[in-house]
Amino acid sequence: MAGKIHISLTVNGKEREANVQPRRLLVHLLREDLGLTGTHVGCDTTHCGACTVMLNGKAVKSCTVLAVQADGAEVLTVEGLAEGEELSAVQRAFIAKHGLQCGYCTPGMLIAAHALLQNNPDPTDEEIRDGISGNLCRCTGYTKIIDSVRYAAKIKNAHK
Amino acid sequence: MNPPEFEYVAPKTVQEAVDLLKVRGEWAKVLAGGQSLIPLLKLRLASPALLVDIGKVPGLDYLAESDGHLRMGAMVRVADLNRSALLKKKYPAIHDASGVIADPLVRNLGTVGGNISHGDPANDLPAVMLASEGEMAATGSGGNRVIKAEDFFTDTFTTALAHDEILTEVRVPVPLPRSGGAYLKVEQKVGDFASAGVAVQLSVDRASMCTKVGIGLTAVGPTAVKAKKAEEAMLGKQVTDRVAVAEAAALAADAATPTSDIRGTAEYKKRLVRLLVARGLKRASERAGGKE
Repeated sequence: MAGKIHISLTVNGKEREANVQPRRLLVHLLREDLGLTGTHVGCDTTHCGACTVMLNGKAVKSCTVLAVQADGAEVLTVEGLAEGEELSAVQRAFIAKHGLQCGYCTPGMLIAAHALLQNNPDPTDEEIRDGISGNLCRCTGYTKIIDSVRYAAKIKNAHK
Repeated sequence: MNPPEFEYVAPKTVQEAVDLLKVRGEWAKVLAGGQSLIPLLKLRLASPALLVDIGKVPGLDYLAESDGHLRMGAMVRVADLNRSALLKKKYPAIHDASGVIADPLVRNLGTVGGNISHGDPANDLPAVMLASEGEMAATGSGGNRVIKAEDFFTDTFTTALAHDEILTEVRVPVPLPRSGGAYLKVEQKVGDFASAGVAVQLSVDRASMCTKVGIGLTAVGPTAVKAKKAEEAMLGKQVTDRVAVAEAAALAADAATPTSDIRGTAEYKKRLVRLLVARGLKRASERAGGKE
């Protein structure tokens, strides 16, 4: 059996350490070893994006990253979006515009939206559609999600 | 789904990585961005004993022109290709392809080297390399060598790389003045592999006559396909020459040997190739700005 490897990484601003098998997926490290179950496993085949997290500032599918690849990295999960007790603009916008029904895809959608607005603070609808094109939602038909991301941009820009 | 067990090493130099590959033989596999390999591991379609992660080797993520070539380090992420203003302006076929590979999240990790060395005929960059006189620089236990794109893709999921060789750089010649390119892909849904894709790279003279034409096809054969007869049919012709374009498009469709699957029938895919070659020639020539 392949030996475990010691890794350390920053998750939501906190230093975390773990001993992991090389085959451990980042999503399982987060959910099972670190107890951060906000990040969901959906398809587990790199399609759905429910497992999306920020890895060194970029949105990625954590079911398709080995935990050992994230050694030394900075990870942001849905649990890290809120600033203290206050939900982030993206989170508030999803509530205000009903950007979810069952909620399964929501952690990934929130992170994808967060990443999109970081790079492009005032996206067009087409850019929003492109930005969340790696994330599947089987409830909303996307309309309300796109409304939410547009509204999140508006809230964020109003605060500047 | 967990991948099968394997050992993992993240060397700091290409040489160290090559040494590991040499010692461990074909049971070792190179890990770059992981966006093709990790899914394969999870599906148990690959079960290497050792993964050699080149993601921690510094200096493999450069993207710049030098000595007459655009040079892309193997670890350049597809998203970074897509963000590059230089590529958008001077290498539009690569720019186009980098915007339609998988989805934005996969593009953040997927690499140039991985997209090419995976040898998947449905990956998008191989056709672009075949159209653009691309070359792959590899380092192995026998030293360095450069492999032309035409000689690189030997079979499905199989390339000219030896098991102890690592693709370190992908490059294309700096285009002549009045050159343009395009990559067109038809996919059933966002993020899917192509039903068919076409890469075109061409140069024209002052009279808008084609002096150089490259055409590569995605997902319509055991490897990406270089449509040589179609290329030759356009040489010396104007891109506005409808007869020549129709002939080139038909020849490219002849060069395609697609199979019928969930992404369409073989006949449909050949028709796509025909259509996309004609459109690709038009778009590439518009970008070449041939008419002066």
